[in-house]
Amino acid sequence: MDWGLVLFYFFAALAVVGGVMMITRKNAVHSAVYLVLTFVSVAGIYILLGADFLFAVQVLVYAGGIVVLFLFVIMLVNLEESRRLSGGKLHLAASAVLTCLLFGMLATLFGRVAVGQPSVAAPLGEGNLQLMGIALFRDYMLPFEVVSLLLLVAMIGAIVLGRPRA
Amino acid sequence: MMTSFLPLVAAVLFSIGAVGVLVRRNAIVILMCIELMLNAVNLTFASYSYELRSMTGHIFIFFVMTVAAAEAAVGLGIVIAVFRKRQSADVDDVNLMRW
Amino acid sequence: MSDALIRNFIIPLVQVLVVLGVAAGAVAYMTLVERKILAFMQLRLSPRRVGPHGLLQPIADGIKLLLKEDITPARADRALFTLAPIITVIPAFTALALIPFSGGGSFNIFGYPVSPWIADVNVGVVFLLAISSLGVYGIMLGGWASNSKYPLLGSLRSAAQMVSYEVPFGFSIIGVLMLSGTASMVGIVEAQQKAHLWYFVPQILGLFIFFVSGVAETNRLPFDLPEAEAELVAGFHTEYSGMKFALYMLAEYTSMIVVACIVTTLFFGGWLRPFPSVSALAWLNFGLDKLNPALPGFFWFFLKTFLVLFVYLWLRGTFPRYRYDQLMKLGWYWMIPLAIANVILTGGVLLLLRR
Repeated sequence: MDWGLVLFYFFAALAVVGGVMMITRKNAVHSAVYLVLTFVSVAGIYILLGADFLFAVQVLVYAGGIVVLFLFVIMLVNLEESRRLSGGKLHLAASAVLTCLLFGMLATLFGRVAVGQPSVAAPLGEGNLQLMGIALFRDYMLPFEVVSLLLLVAMIGAIVLGRPRA
Repeated sequence: MMTSFLPLVAAVLFSIGAVGVLVRRNAIVILMCIELMLNAVNLTFASYSYELRSMTGHIFIFFVMTVAAAEAAVGLGIVIAVFRKRQSADVDDVNLMRW
Repeated sequence: MSDALIRNFIIPLVQVLVVLGVAAGAVAYMTLVERKILAFMQLRLSPRRVGPHGLLQPIADGIKLLLKEDITPARADRALFTLAPIITVIPAFTALALIPFSGGGSFNIFGYPVSPWIADVNVGVVFLLAISSLGVYGIMLGGWASNSKYPLLGSLRSAAQMVSYEVPFGFSIIGVLMLSGTASMVGIVEAQQKAHLWYFVPQILGLFIFFVSGVAETNRLPFDLPEAEAELVAGFHTEYSGMKFALYMLAEYTSMIVVACIVTTLFFGGWLRPFPSVSALAWLNFGLDKLNPALPGFFWFFLKTFLVLFVYLWLRGTFPRYRYDQLMKLGWYWMIPLAIANVILTGGVLLLLRR
């Protein structure tokens, strides 16, 4: 038995379950907890794909940063939700049809593109972090700078938005 | 086996996120759904990166994560600003600009 | 049993069990040591009734906590209320898997080589940061699930505090990574051996920032705002009792030990004895290295870790608690800019030296 494959199915199932639970929970805090479950499962899949650094960043940024921020805002805002779903029956039906269509398209597309033969060997070897650094600072220097600028802009924007009116 | 199945998982996650965005009313949950969709995209990047033995997918995931973090910060800032004004984080209540 | 099964499953399992056992014992006696040292600092008597010099006190405490009634508040969110303490414990113990307790050799047990660490990961330090960033969930969710005012305030405080201090916590490590050129915990110690220099000398600023943020991350005095008993009753664990309360304490002390272990590994040369290259000081190995080259490492590692933990207790005995706005100001106005300055300074000096 290939334990890697078993673990992979386990994490994949966990991620999907977490996603479904997230959109169906009434309480936003529960949604956030299931979102963490999904993020950690995705991180587990990264490890199985040999991307250790991505695992660490996924857990650090998504689970450790973003969702904590979400939880913080949920607790701060502390809202009572009267109705969970948006719009009427028509809206819901249209959403369901559209999503099924979207999923169908994605699935056929991925089915067509999917590379037939599974690969056996470890993907990128041990020097994961080093390779990543070299790629980032040699080949993708400009995007890296642009992204850091984006972060700066987002930070200023968040401060301006969050500041109470004097 | 793993990588031919993985994009399908990503597609499922992406669709779940899309449903959430379409049907939920709570702005914070909608933001969470967007994060889920970004994660699904990352998963396809990771899987094809593995298949093609290339680092490029990882780099893209890195950038997507940065964008996701920026998006969460600004999105939550907007939610808080709206909440302060209207005491609600319900997207159906924010309809001042609606036709 | 096949060879691969033993190598890949049985040996790591045994290692994990040993580390878990030692850590749990260390936590139990850490509480006693803490009370002894604090009593000594404050000129009062410490626990001394149970056993000789109070040595059995942790066991009595443990039994007491196990037997206490486990109360769940009526309006609490039952599932999360139960889950939260468990969520807190998991990352604290997981982090121990990456700590190299000794090195320079491996043990030969029944013909199988057993390393003195559980795992040596290529991205070890980043991994540790990631794991430790998950610890905030237990505190946040526990405070929220209690459905009570003071715990909620405590959990909001802890969320803001831990997210803020994670930034300098991560940034202060970068200087060490630049010096060693690797992110593996074992690799960092080996780099210090090769450089004949423990990194607390060039990274004294990094050490300071790392330790202060570490104290804030583990919610210890003087930064224990999430549970400030003078303001918030007991903060996030006001509603907790019995075993769940014990789990919170276990997590807190374990993460203290983990931070001390990381400080030892990154800044104080991990398992290395003082001046490992000076052969005149070889008596510092106490002849243990003749039995196995990895044995004296344990002694030095635990000694250094204990000294770092002592500083933790010393801080607790010395400083009054920070006010919340002071804490935030310290983090954002001082720690983060200092940490960034440290990175730039280290990079600049390295560039000049390499030229």
